[in-house]
Amino acid sequence: MSEVVIPADAVVPVVASGRQKLYRRVLKNPMAVVSLVILALVVLSAVFAGQITGWDPGRADLNDALAPPFGEHLLGADASGRDVLARLFFGARVSLIGALIALATALAIGIPTGLIAGYFQGWFDSLSSWFASLLMAMPGLIVVLALISVIGPGMVGVMVTFGALLSPGVFRLTRSGVVSVRRELYIDAAKVSGLSDYRIISRHVLGVIRAPLVIQASMIAGIAIVLQAGLEFLGVGDSSTASWGQMLSEAFSNIYVAPTMILWPGLIIGLTVGSLAIFGAALRDTVQGAEPARKTRRRKPTNEEETSTRRLDLSTAATAAVISPRDGGQEDIEPSDALLVVRDLQVGYPQPDGSTTIVVDGVSLHVDRGEVLGLVGESGSGKSQTAFSILGLLPDTGAILGGTISFAARTIASADGAAHGAAALRGRQFGYIPQEPMSNLDPSFTLGFQLVEPMRHILGLSRPAAKTKALELLDRVGIADPRRTFDAYPHEVSGGMAQRVLIAGAVACDPELLIADEPTTALDVTVQAEVLDLLRGLQRERSMGMIMVTHNFGVVADICDRVAVMQAGRLVEQADALELFDDPHNPYTRMLLSSTLEDTEPRAARSTRPVSSRGTAR
Amino acid sequence: MATFLLRRLGAAVVLVFVIATMTFLLMSMTGGDPARNILGDGATVEQVAAKSAELGLDQPLAVRYVDWLGAAITGDFGRSWFTNEPVMTSLANKFPVSLSVVITAILVTAILSAILGVTAAVKRGWIDRFVQMFAVLGFALPNFWVALILVTVFAVNLKLLPATGFVPFTTDPGRWALGLILPVAALVVGTIASTAQQVRGATIDVLRQDYVRTLRSRGISHRSLLFRHVLRNAAPPALTVLSLQFVGLLGGAIIIEKIFALPGIGSLAVNATLQGDLPQILGLVVVMVVLVVIVNLVIDLLTGWLNPKARVS
Amino acid sequence: MTDVASVAEQPLLTISGLEVEFPVKGWRRPPFKALKGVSLDILPGETMGLVGESGSGKTTIGRAVLGLAPIAGGSISFDGRDTTRLSRADRRALSADIQVVFQDPYTSLNPAMTIGDILAEPLLTSGTARIAARDRIRELLDLVNLPSDAADRLPREFSGGQRQRVAIARALALRPRLVVCDEPVSALDLSTQARVLDLFIDIQEKTGVAYLFVSHDLSVVRHISHRVAVMYRGEIVETGDAAAVTGAPEHPYTQRLLMAAPVPHPKRQAVRRSERHALLASQRASDAARETVR
Repeated sequence: MSEVVIPADAVVPVVASGRQKLYRRVLKNPMAVVSLVILALVVLSAVFAGQITGWDPGRADLNDALAPPFGEHLLGADASGRDVLARLFFGARVSLIGALIALATALAIGIPTGLIAGYFQGWFDSLSSWFASLLMAMPGLIVVLALISVIGPGMVGVMVTFGALLSPGVFRLTRSGVVSVRRELYIDAAKVSGLSDYRIISRHVLGVIRAPLVIQASMIAGIAIVLQAGLEFLGVGDSSTASWGQMLSEAFSNIYVAPTMILWPGLIIGLTVGSLAIFGAALRDTVQGAEPARKTRRRKPTNEEETSTRRLDLSTAATAAVISPRDGGQEDIEPSDALLVVRDLQVGYPQPDGSTTIVVDGVSLHVDRGEVLGLVGESGSGKSQTAFSILGLLPDTGAILGGTISFAARTIASADGAAHGAAALRGRQFGYIPQEPMSNLDPSFTLGFQLVEPMRHILGLSRPAAKTKALELLDRVGIADPRRTFDAYPHEVSGGMAQRVLIAGAVACDPELLIADEPTTALDVTVQAEVLDLLRGLQRERSMGMIMVTHNFGVVADICDRVAVMQAGRLVEQADALELFDDPHNPYTRMLLSSTLEDTEPRAARSTRPVSSRGTAR
Repeated sequence: MATFLLRRLGAAVVLVFVIATMTFLLMSMTGGDPARNILGDGATVEQVAAKSAELGLDQPLAVRYVDWLGAAITGDFGRSWFTNEPVMTSLANKFPVSLSVVITAILVTAILSAILGVTAAVKRGWIDRFVQMFAVLGFALPNFWVALILVTVFAVNLKLLPATGFVPFTTDPGRWALGLILPVAALVVGTIASTAQQVRGATIDVLRQDYVRTLRSRGISHRSLLFRHVLRNAAPPALTVLSLQFVGLLGGAIIIEKIFALPGIGSLAVNATLQGDLPQILGLVVVMVVLVVIVNLVIDLLTGWLNPKARVS
Repeated sequence: MTDVASVAEQPLLTISGLEVEFPVKGWRRPPFKALKGVSLDILPGETMGLVGESGSGKTTIGRAVLGLAPIAGGSISFDGRDTTRLSRADRRALSADIQVVFQDPYTSLNPAMTIGDILAEPLLTSGTARIAARDRIRELLDLVNLPSDAADRLPREFSGGQRQRVAIARALALRPRLVVCDEPVSALDLSTQARVLDLFIDIQEKTGVAYLFVSHDLSVVRHISHRVAVMYRGEIVETGDAAAVTGAPEHPYTQRLLMAAPVPHPKRQAVRRSERHALLASQRASDAARETVR
């Protein structure tokens, strides 16, 4: 009935670089170390309870009743004159063993069923998922109470029941972990290699869910300790041995006489369970810190990227670009009526270790009214970062470190952060078209609402007026049935259609500058051609300035008047489109242009001679 | 939407039925002889046999099950073996007390954790660290221990609030509310801690979505972005957590009621357990599961209303 | 669409009348037909390019050949042997002959395994001794132009292009006769893409492996393929020599596809654009004419 119930962020298909390394990293986390030390102390005090205290936890001496702490009894004695510290230590045995039983049960039930359900799916998956939601709908304490009336208050039975009731959490975590791994291509590759299901699960699947399971296990152990103490507190537990819950219950009966008695058992429960929780959190942080939590669609170039480097220091960046006569900002003479002017822009991401990763370095460019500027580069070249800087939509962790951006002769952004003009221009003068149509529409609202909302806010239109305008726009961007699309949700339309809606949204409030970030990359080539036609049409008709961020020189050739080529955060060449294609000055530009395949000859017909070289390769 | 509703309703009915059946079978497999239990050791064999016949325990299990189920569907869970009071009557007396506590607690949880979680996600900084630390603390401290501390501080030492007792809402709303403060406070420490953490996570997830950036590029106001788009998309996972919290609170209330001497289902449950009063326990379990299922159903519908995609699947 | 080369040779892979259906969630909904009777053959040492838009079924063909898609009808045979439905054990035996390179080099390598382990997996599964496997891994890394110390490192230490080289090395580990390449360069940067394509060609010339090369990009397919098949909505609409299909296509869809790909030069692209508009207009006109005749 209900959906996934895993603690926040727990199911990240994260894999640390090898097990040993993960454990070593966990041990570097002070929180993890402190919590592990506390847990170890609790375990040791439970194991050596008798040796440490010297008091028998069951020995009552009414002379000592409610003896104050720090006397003969270190933490005093209870109403029957029993040593509190000894009872705490012996009580730890009950709690820890109980928690272990519950944990073992939960894992023994949850992991195998989760693996089978997630990996093989089918009827077992439906049945076990349904059964898990059934267990979760059972009020745990009541079920255990009902069970005690049948099987008696024995600890093992009670904790096994708790474990079974907590197993859906393990089941769901395992299952969703497996399901997400199962879709990974490396599982397909393993299947193609003929690996058995058993090998695939043990080699590829278990490794991924191990860390989330340890986190979940620490939570379950904590919950089990609290639940058990609760039962003892209610007086329906096993009363033959000392336990923390029982001590609380007794302290409660004497709350008016000796209120401090409730402190000790509560503190030790809090300390134990808290340590478990902190350990889980520390492990989660370590695991997530290892691999940036979620996979981004955008590629993450790494140290040895063949042509582009994203992480560059200022020092290396200086040598990255070969300066050509048409290089960068030097020759970029802005006309006085330029719509947008970017001067010496530098964008960086401060790192936790104090250094700064510069992603855009010294970029100067301008866009005139009615002009299309192509911003070209490979992944990691900083072209999108430049576009987001102009829009004022850099991620929170990024910042403009140098240079200025001005629009219509007014500075809208500078390094000192004094000017924050972009926010006021967004939607009004700036229109933005994203790359991925589907993820850029709010799934919870109709397409019509998402068009109407900004128009009402910015143009101050009434609802019907905005709707009329939205329908006109949808018609203009080539949507066959505007009314139906207006009422549709994003998941009900195709990618091409969604991109047209996003274009309609970008031009809805008559912007003067359109910033399109790879607007056709996610589209089929036939749809790409149509969308380019549409963009060109809109741009001419409204004589908008436009920045077209792209990696595709075909797209550049199709729509751009001028081109700026970026490499590793720097602008390496800027020229009129025709000039750039006919006579690229910069070696990097030349290399990029020569990499395009559109002009290459088709591959020569296959030689019909029998292939003999296979023998040599074998 | 109608088929979505019907399907969920059907699933809920099946769930209640299965749990009721399972509980009945489990409870009927008692090792001992309930009649002997009730009458005590002094009773003769004949008396025990007569009691068994009176309770219908001499019938085969299947017959007992069909009888019980038939009556249960009409809301009749039989009579307590010990007090002879109809189970439904005692439940009707006790549940309002427990529900006052649990429903107040769930509302307080929903409101406070929404505020805390969203603020932590948006502002980060100290409030974010507070929410994270609070999550560990709330998880680590058992709610009944928090209750004991609250009683000690506010009722025993400061004498600010009543330590025990329950005044029905219809008698005196003011004293009803006053009596609820401490029990609810004890319960919500844990639930707010974990729910706020979930809200925080869900909000951060939504804030990272591409469409949030695109919405910002359209120039809509920060408020509208946060309250209309972000909250709506972050709500479904938070609501799911809330429905689980409800299940947990029902259990937690049993213990809390002991501390505050509230005449709710807690004492009923504990006594029925200690005595082995099967009709009482069965009735209790079934009514609780029905409550849980209703809450889940409401949350499912809310999620479906918030998220158009959930309606389809 | 007759094939000159096939006169003398037996095809390595023959697909005939292949149908693939995916179950659709929901009560009694008809399954989605991803492939509606597709026939195709690949000769030894040949590259068959498979081009089409997303959802056309081109990837599904590759997955069906690999045993990763539910086959509802038709047959696939490899080297004269029927491989339409195989047990996991038979599939393992076939894995020495048919291998795969996937699109996304970021999810096709298990992030927790070193490059050496990734490459060793197919070798050890097929019963290669550990020492022989180590030698073979060195050979493979050399073949795809990666340094030999790469074996001890993890996938995330490599760029997309390098990861794709690892995936290619894994595919070649057992010296397969056919490699299914599922959009292997579309996640790569332009310059990397060209180099990886050249690596594919180079390897083919060295080892005589055949490729079923799936891509949405006509220019990529033209660059690497001997023959090309064009897919549209679960069917192959045109097959033939690469030069013919990508130069002078006959089917209206292929014509549209060719005209839609922008040329990287402003003037020529302007010409291409007007040609495209003319083509679309004439196709619309002939469609309309067909309508009125009907």
